[in-house]
Amino acid sequence: MIKQSNNDFLQTEVSKGNRSSLKLGVNDLRGAIREKHIFMTLGWQDVKARYRRSRVGAFWLTINMGVLIAALGIIFGSLFRAPIETFLPSIAIGIIVWGLLSVTVSESCDSFSSAKDTILQVKMPLSIHIIRVAVRNLIIFGHNALIIPIIFIIFVKPIDWISLYALLGLFLLILNITWMSFVLSIVCTRFRDATEIIKNIMQVMFYATPIIWEAEMLPQRISEIILNFNPFYHLITIIRAPLLGQMPTFLNWVIPVSMAIIGWCLALTFFGYYKKRVAYWL
Amino acid sequence: MNSASIKLKNVDVVFPVYNASSLSLKNRTLSKITGGIIDRRHDGISLIKGLENIDLNICSGERVGLVGHNGAGKTTLLRILSGIFEPTSGKADIRGSCNSLINIGLGIDPEATGRENILLRGVMMGMKPSEIRRNIDDIIDFTGLGNFIDLPFRTYSTGMQMRLAFAVSTGIRPQVLIMDEWLSTGDEEFRERANQRISEVVNLSEILILASHSHDLLSSNCNRVIWLEHGKIRMDDKSEVVLKAYFGF
Repeated sequence: MIKQSNNDFLQTEVSKGNRSSLKLGVNDLRGAIREKHIFMTLGWQDVKARYRRSRVGAFWLTINMGVLIAALGIIFGSLFRAPIETFLPSIAIGIIVWGLLSVTVSESCDSFSSAKDTILQVKMPLSIHIIRVAVRNLIIFGHNALIIPIIFIIFVKPIDWISLYALLGLFLLILNITWMSFVLSIVCTRFRDATEIIKNIMQVMFYATPIIWEAEMLPQRISEIILNFNPFYHLITIIRAPLLGQMPTFLNWVIPVSMAIIGWCLALTFFGYYKKRVAYWL
Repeated sequence: MNSASIKLKNVDVVFPVYNASSLSLKNRTLSKITGGIIDRRHDGISLIKGLENIDLNICSGERVGLVGHNGAGKTTLLRILSGIFEPTSGKADIRGSCNSLINIGLGIDPEATGRENILLRGVMMGMKPSEIRRNIDDIIDFTGLGNFIDLPFRTYSTGMQMRLAFAVSTGIRPQVLIMDEWLSTGDEEFRERANQRISEVVNLSEILILASHSHDLLSSNCNRVIWLEHGKIRMDDKSEVVLKAYFGF
């Protein structure tokens, strides 16, 4: 028999009164990171469970995504009369990164309601259920991302050293979508129809963000307004531009960085304040 | 390791019961903008007192039974004791690792093999994957599933499913053990081993909390019984005393 480890998170804090919400939020997150094997195991399990009956496993997704990108690339490429060898790589990266962003954000709404049974029986940091959703989508993203080098090989596109900045971009994107998940998981557990609203917003943002169209297609003045106020534009650009051999602008970097800092502080405070209510809302 | 202890002081639990309308952000916003004219009647959030003014001290070594009619607040109290609910007011100080054997099928994926399920279920109960791997052979031995362990869980008979869930759930040794009724398990042959195993876990735990409707179970396992009624403690004493008052014998 295994002696149960004396996990800190199993200890209810002695006094709650003098602790700030931010601190409670941070403690919960730290507890989750200490128990990282839980969300890693569950995240992998989610991916396995979805594609267990498929012979090619999670690569089934890669194939689906490849077909979608090829179709959209051909349709919109000819609509916009854009040269396929520049348009297809751009739309491929855009759609794959957007998939990670939008699916993580909209699925985070259900992170608590889908883990209801676990939450009501096992005490563990609630952050685990949120991070699990992010982990699951990162794994799927990892499978989809294989399409990008394939396209680069097909179109004999050389890779620049600048492309390495895409890793930094990906890191910033993950930081940003996770704090959004922390906020949404709470809001959507309390207000069940918020999930639909979020899905709607993400749908609109898909069209409002240059993914299937390109920023250069817009008239100069409009593009500044539409693009610079769209946080998702910056999050996509810091990954897509370096991969295509261009350095993102200063503003493209500053906005995700400041969003991550402010967002995390606010999200953890909000989360720390409401997390003790979650079990009652389920 | 510190010894386990449970201290509840003036614990109240108030449940907000939301109806479909107050769970809706749209309705809430509409009623705010329209000054609450629309839907005012349906916008009720009813509050239900689950537990009221509970004072409780449980020390290491105690075997506590929990009796009360349905709706008396037993499950709510169990959830407070395992740290899942935080009291709406009052203080709950729970020390020691805790495991609840309430729904032993929790976290089982029917498509995954028995072996994978042991890992999954184990991780959820707070075991480290390395610990599970070290102990997996013992667990498999105990289930008696043999080669079935590498087949998907859904192909198991009900009895086999029970055995697997049971073996993993009891493979851990918590300081505080929480049970809602005694775990009962399928076939004759397994029952004896299961009972032995469960007694082992119970004996090794520092605190046992057992909610039950069975006189025999409570009198043979508990040295203290708490009687809950309408969310309040009606009686809290040695098991003979409370059981006599509650069951009448």
